[in-house]
Amino acid sequence: MVYVHNLTKRYGSLVAVENLSFRLDRGDVLGFLGPNGAGKTTTMRIITGYMPPTKGTVHIEGVDIFDNPLQAKKMIGYLPENPPLYLDMTVAEYLDFVADIKQVKRKEKKSRIFYVLDKCGLSDVRKRIIGHLSKGYRQRVGIAQALVNNPSVLILDEPTIGLDPLQIIEIRDLIKSLSGERTVILSTHILPEVTMICSKVVIINEGKMVLEESLDYLSESLRNSSSLLLRVKQNGDGVKEKIMSVKGVSGVKPGPSGEFVVTPSEGVEIREELVRMVVENDLGLLELRPLVGTLEEIFMKAISSEGN
Amino acid sequence: MKAFYTIVKRELRSYFASPLAYIILVVFQVISARFFFLYLQGFLQFQFDPSYQLQTGELNLNNLVVLPYFGTISIVLLLIVPLITMRLIADEKKNYTAELLFTSPVRIRTIVFGKFTASLILLILMLLLSSINIFVLMVHGNPDLGAVFSGYIGLLLLGASFLSIGIFASSLTENQLIAAVISFGVLLLLWLVGALSDAESSILGYISVINHYEDFSKGLIELKDVIYYVSLIFLGLFLTYTSLESERWR
Repeated sequence: MVYVHNLTKRYGSLVAVENLSFRLDRGDVLGFLGPNGAGKTTTMRIITGYMPPTKGTVHIEGVDIFDNPLQAKKMIGYLPENPPLYLDMTVAEYLDFVADIKQVKRKEKKSRIFYVLDKCGLSDVRKRIIGHLSKGYRQRVGIAQALVNNPSVLILDEPTIGLDPLQIIEIRDLIKSLSGERTVILSTHILPEVTMICSKVVIINEGKMVLEESLDYLSESLRNSSSLLLRVKQNGDGVKEKIMSVKGVSGVKPGPSGEFVVTPSEGVEIREELVRMVVENDLGLLELRPLVGTLEEIFMKAISSEGN
Repeated sequence: MKAFYTIVKRELRSYFASPLAYIILVVFQVISARFFFLYLQGFLQFQFDPSYQLQTGELNLNNLVVLPYFGTISIVLLLIVPLITMRLIADEKKNYTAELLFTSPVRIRTIVFGKFTASLILLILMLLLSSINIFVLMVHGNPDLGAVFSGYIGLLLLGASFLSIGIFASSLTENQLIAAVISFGVLLLLWLVGALSDAESSILGYISVINHYEDFSKGLIELKDVIYYVSLIFLGLFLTYTSLESERWR
């Protein structure tokens, strides 16, 4: 469980994060979104106890990270934006060091290291020097490092950055498979990634929360976005007016390739009427489908509405 | 305690995984041995120089060989310690591993003390190596071992306070070279500040790192000198701690 309450961080006069609050339960996977410089990394650094907030509190499984940092930090696995690697160590040595410093119990250490090596696909390179590994492998070592203490709270700052498409899919699957008994926070720029692995979304902009929603609800509302796409054979003059004349239509926008985006008035079902009109006027129906909104649209809307 | 041991182990591993530790040990040993040989040569020449014996009465192995030898070691330490400490914290910042350390269940003071201890072990190794020359002396002559012992205690304290200042310099930057230059500058200043005033009672004379060493080399272990070095060590480590802690708050 992660409980963030009224988090504020100022660097001098610059406000990096302002009054951020959210609560995550076990099993939640939070997609933490926002444009560059929105305060994502700062928030994650505060949650992991790397830096203290100007105001506000963070509780990890009920333990305050600033009153009781040693206990809280034991339960966290953290992959920073840049994987924190000692380039002169081998993968196995490095994970052994991280396990020691995260105070993994001696008898569990070996099996934990074996587990993360296997999970992150590092078994083949375990004796290689980290400095000689490619960026993708280094990123995987970074993820392995975050998992080695079997954390109940996993915080990943852009985990799939620098990986090739195949590795991205692997890492996503890995995160999905890990989520069950943990709380996961991950920041990313790749929006479809959020739809794929997250159960909750927080979007921040200029340090302020602009949207907090569960993904179930979000995709429901995306599906219910009731605009329709209509494409007809005869799209000469007057078609737009004819569509407008259909009862319940509140707006029509012509698209670039002869299609129309038809917006009905709130809660009115217009498809039947619309088709009847098309058939009666012999316009030649080619396509009629609901327009499914994307997370991108929500993201852009959330961020731009904040600006106004 | 386990975290402390883990930090020390990793630092030592890092010293000896790279050529750095070996190069430092070799350079240190070569320079100090060369000077040792020089002093010994001088001593042997004086043995056959009656005018010198008339002047001082007797030939003293301690005054003519051990004392200048330790003096040389202290100067070599001044030059080499910044190289030992420069990467200790600067490198953690540069490789982003500071983020790993500070989000681990370890206290900052454990990290600082662990790093200091690792560098101290390297220093002890250097001093042990340098004592080979003294053993050579013992085989063929009869140096005052009390003075040798107190001299080494003094060198250890002197070197350890250099280390703690070096670690502080390393905590100020993520650039190793800058860290080395800062620590060398501060150490040199602390060394030379004594020369600005001869009287040991003056404040400048008291601050000087090398003034406190003189008693040790003469065979005296004085509490005030020990206290001086120990407080300098803790000052350096405390400043390191403060600098790391304040960085988080910025």
